Amino acid sequence: MSTLNVDKLGMTYELPNNQSVEALKDVSFDLESGRILTLLGPSGCGKTTMLNIIAGFLSPTAGTVSVAGSRVTGPGQERGMVFQQGALFEWLNVEQNVSFGPRMNGADPTETAAKTADLLNTVGLSGFGQKAIYELSGGMQQRVALARCLANDPELILMDEPLGALDALTREKMQGLILELWDRTGKTIILVTHSVEEALFLGDRLFVMAPRPGRIEREYDLPFARLGLTEDPRGLKNSPEFVEKREEILSLIWDMEEEIMGRDGEAA
Amino acid sequence: MANKFESTENLAAGYGQGKDGTKLIERRRPNRNSGAVARKTVTFGDGSAVTGNRNISLLTAVGLFVLWAVAEQLNLTDPTFFPGPVKTAEEFWLVLTTDSFDRTYLHQHVLASLQRILLGFGFGVLFGVPVGLAMGLSNAARAVFDPIIELFRPVPPLAFIPLLIIWFGIGEASKVIMLFFAAFFIMVIAARSGVLGVKLSKVHAAYSLGASKTQILRNVILPNALPEIFVGMRVALGVCWGTLVAAELIGADQGLGAMIWQARTFFRNGIVVFGIIVIGLIGVLLDQLMRKAEERFIPWRGRG
Ligand SMILES: Nc1ncnc2c1ncn2[C@@H]1O[C@H](COP(=O)(O)OP(=O)(O)OP(=O)(O)O)[C@@H](O)[C@H]1O
Ligand SMILES: [Mg+2]
Repeated sequence: MSTLNVDKLGMTYELPNNQSVEALKDVSFDLESGRILTLLGPSGCGKTTMLNIIAGFLSPTAGTVSVAGSRVTGPGQERGMVFQQGALFEWLNVEQNVSFGPRMNGADPTETAAKTADLLNTVGLSGFGQKAIYELSGGMQQRVALARCLANDPELILMDEPLGALDALTREKMQGLILELWDRTGKTIILVTHSVEEALFLGDRLFVMAPRPGRIEREYDLPFARLGLTEDPRGLKNSPEFVEKREEILSLIWDMEEEIMGRDGEAA
Repeated sequence: MANKFESTENLAAGYGQGKDGTKLIERRRPNRNSGAVARKTVTFGDGSAVTGNRNISLLTAVGLFVLWAVAEQLNLTDPTFFPGPVKTAEEFWLVLTTDSFDRTYLHQHVLASLQRILLGFGFGVLFGVPVGLAMGLSNAARAVFDPIIELFRPVPPLAFIPLLIIWFGIGEASKVIMLFFAAFFIMVIAARSGVLGVKLSKVHAAYSLGASKTQILRNVILPNALPEIFVGMRVALGVCWGTLVAAELIGADQGLGAMIWQARTFFRNGIVVFGIIVIGLIGVLLDQLMRKAEERFIPWRGRG
């Protein structure tokens, strides 16, 4: 069954100088329940725009998005968000951040407390519940963000460069955690990243997007996310299949960048 | 001794903002045993390296005081024009312990002044914050209040006094309302910029977690704006205090401003001098109180 239907999605931003940007044009795809899709592409190809439309923060200028059959018209709890950084509430402690959703929905406090403790345990932060957000490292903060999102039990989790601000080592660990959570919860996930390696490793589906107008340039179905659950991630990332795909996508994006530069050069 | 002061000050200035606890401790350690202080080679232009020196500051203060005292003892100045510390202390004691000067004790003057600014400042915060929040949240509120705020904000509060006296007479009301104006505009601007400073991703996250508009206002926008609101309160309190003393020069029986003004007409310059010192000290005290409150109530300030 497919959770998410994106149909002929288009988004044109009007700029103040009477020009406009086609951030997305005619984007259509279906995403089945329980899959993890990664979005990759050069800066400005509309990844954030697409995520924001699916989340319901932006309304598209063409096309529709539906989740589980009902059309998206605004933000909703069945679509959770994980942002790059700084979207936690620094005036609340870790526990209060994680329990934010249930508390806003008037859930039973005892149940919420149990759920929060369980989630903190899942993301490896048990014992950190009373800590202030600013006392945590960047990686720990993203663990809190994941737990906060899971607390509301969304169907679909949207992540915009969730690991983008982390150092390489922490990033690898967090990739493992995301796969683990995906496997354990069976959630549908869309994750935006700038790292080709990350997109290949985490995506059991991957879209390479292209700019002007923003569109899906190429699509892959990949085995690595499933394999990553059991195999050693370093070995997997160095396997010939992985390396081959990585080089292919790198040169694809490289060509796109060249083309963008060329076009800008002509325009100037 | 000097070295000890220097290194603690360095700590506060340069290392106080370590992002996580462990780092803070690690970075502190070399500073503790002063043998291994990290030596900066670039200090000119590095604000955190300019720490001053408490001993020199103390010396300056003591030196000035001694100069003042010596001038008095040697009769270098005319005590009517420039009273020395002994004369000033005598006057201080007199007003503190008797009401013989203007039928008012010192503490009554102080209380009269404090009461005025607490009222004016309090109402300024009470009305200014909601208006500022509304201006940051709604087009309508923004449209309505923008011209009012922009027009009246640059007006020095004292300029309202003549009109206020015509409308409300020379009593308490006109002074409190003037202080209200002084605080109100500052608080509106502070609250508005607090709202506008909310990171959109926080608001988006809250919506995705199922929060309603009211819940977002209470649980996201307000706490997020709190640091700026506090800064506004500190500034407003300072401005109110400064304006109040000026306002009390015009038609008030009680209050520190009134006290020094009356003292002037009777050539009691000792009262003027200690009045100035008391006004300064209370100003510092109020500011310190606000700082303490800030640390106590918004420990997350600047750490988003
Ligand atoms: N609010 C806006 N107003 C006008 N143009 C916008 C706006 N938001 C995005 N754009 C434009 O739309 C295009 C797509 O932007 P978007 O942020 O979706 O790209 P992205 O793929 O997320 O880029 P990045 O990898 O840098 O995050 C860009 O050309 C951008 O300049
Ligand atoms: Mg983006």
